[in-house]
Amino acid sequence: MAKTSLCDEAEQNLQTSLASFFKFVLAMEDIHALLAPMRLPANERVMHTLVTDPELLDPIDPFAPSFPMNAARLVSRLTKRPGGEMVAVVLRPCEIRALIELVKLKQGDMENIIIVGIDCPGAFKNTDYVEFAGENPETAAERFLAGALSGETKFDGGVEISAACRACTHPVPQGADLSIGIFGLDSDRQFLVSADTEKGKALFDRLGLSGCDVPDSRREAIDSLLSVRREFQKEMMDDIQKKTNTPEKLATYLSGCINCYNCRVACPVCYCRECVFVTDVFDHDPFQYLRWARRKGMIKMPTDTVFYHITRMAHISTACVGCGQCSNACPNDIGLSELFIASASTSQSAFDYEAGRSLEEDPPLTVFREDEFDDVVEVNH
Amino acid sequence: MDDFEPTIIAFVCNWCTYTAADLAGTSRLSYPTNVRLIRVMCTGMVDPKYIIKAFLEGADAVLVSGCHPGDCHYINGNYKARRRIKLLKSILPRYGFDERRLKLTWIGASDGIQFARTIREMVAEIKEIGPNEAKHAAVV
Repeated sequence: MAKTSLCDEAEQNLQTSLASFFKFVLAMEDIHALLAPMRLPANERVMHTLVTDPELLDPIDPFAPSFPMNAARLVSRLTKRPGGEMVAVVLRPCEIRALIELVKLKQGDMENIIIVGIDCPGAFKNTDYVEFAGENPETAAERFLAGALSGETKFDGGVEISAACRACTHPVPQGADLSIGIFGLDSDRQFLVSADTEKGKALFDRLGLSGCDVPDSRREAIDSLLSVRREFQKEMMDDIQKKTNTPEKLATYLSGCINCYNCRVACPVCYCRECVFVTDVFDHDPFQYLRWARRKGMIKMPTDTVFYHITRMAHISTACVGCGQCSNACPNDIGLSELFIASASTSQSAFDYEAGRSLEEDPPLTVFREDEFDDVVEVNH
Repeated sequence: MDDFEPTIIAFVCNWCTYTAADLAGTSRLSYPTNVRLIRVMCTGMVDPKYIIKAFLEGADAVLVSGCHPGDCHYINGNYKARRRIKLLKSILPRYGFDERRLKLTWIGASDGIQFARTIREMVAEIKEIGPNEAKHAAVV
């Protein structure tokens, strides 16, 4: 049974009460650092920041609609070798799910972290966030939540919540030790703290939080958000299916690809130290290009783009959490998240697997059983 | 489509299916010449990339064939291959590569007859389906 507590300071707004809450968390003796999205002093960009001094937490801004990278990668850096110190990490639901995948792939560890998950209304792509934040980044979260929590997806200046976020059916954190909830509450100042794991409950008690019931309005708000998200996700998948259902259409969809591999760098679960696509395997001799061009009449340069994207699907579609960072990172605005979210849904259902659902389920391509998948084997007569 | 001769890339394991193909030859069994055999030590080493590349280069079908379950020379390579084929069969059809173009079979070393029959049936089926669109399209 989860423990919950409603933080509601009449004198404070959400921003200041979140800051006091996290100061309180970081002041705990056994929590040595906090990794959380903060507005940076220089230009107020919101980036994950590793903080050890509670007094510096005023610009903490987890609900800013800024999602510059999937922070699962950062947590992987902090935990892939033993460090011994306890770090509380503030993550969006898709970041937690990506982290779960990374831990299963031995790229990180949960032992020395406390995951503080947040309800996620979504975020803008990077360039849109900069435009939305404008001259007043300190009010961006407040302006964003005012619209997003009542179902708005389009905001001033025509910026829109990213497609991956609008199609996301995991707006509430799963797998977190502590969760910060804002759906279905008076988001100007209230937030709900809940503890779902033993580690979380212990911290909850030590923080001296008083218990409360989850307000009914919260369940309703989440259900209605989910139904909108599911509908959009279905539309998105139908649309991508129509746009890419032949090899030629897929090549057209990817035609802007310049092999920069930013999508692979931004992808939280694409974890190879050296990607095969930058090795000598793809350092073709000049005659090879000419041979391809001669055979097909023409080839798009740079080559190996469709090959790269389908291979990436084979590598990570079972681990894809749909965070949308691939689209965010694309310099040519190719809708990669749509493509990968759709592909992930078929590959994950083929193995009855859901990326980020549980630490207990083995990633499909890391295990096998003797008796399975006879449907893909041709029967001999 | 009468003059369509499909190209089939077959990744065959050294210990079972390649030996079966060899047996088919030494037994003077005939089968269509559409197949290009690539001998690998085990189906468990067939990287999904090889299969994706074959299709993008215009192969009309890809066959992966190895030892029967329990017979793998390396204990379990064929089980790993089976999961990879399952994965590719869930990805490739989304982009218009007909699922029937990718086949996984178990053909033991003594099954020369089975090997020849598998190739004959596969060629006939692919002739029905027609050529892979990626053969001539500028898809790389």
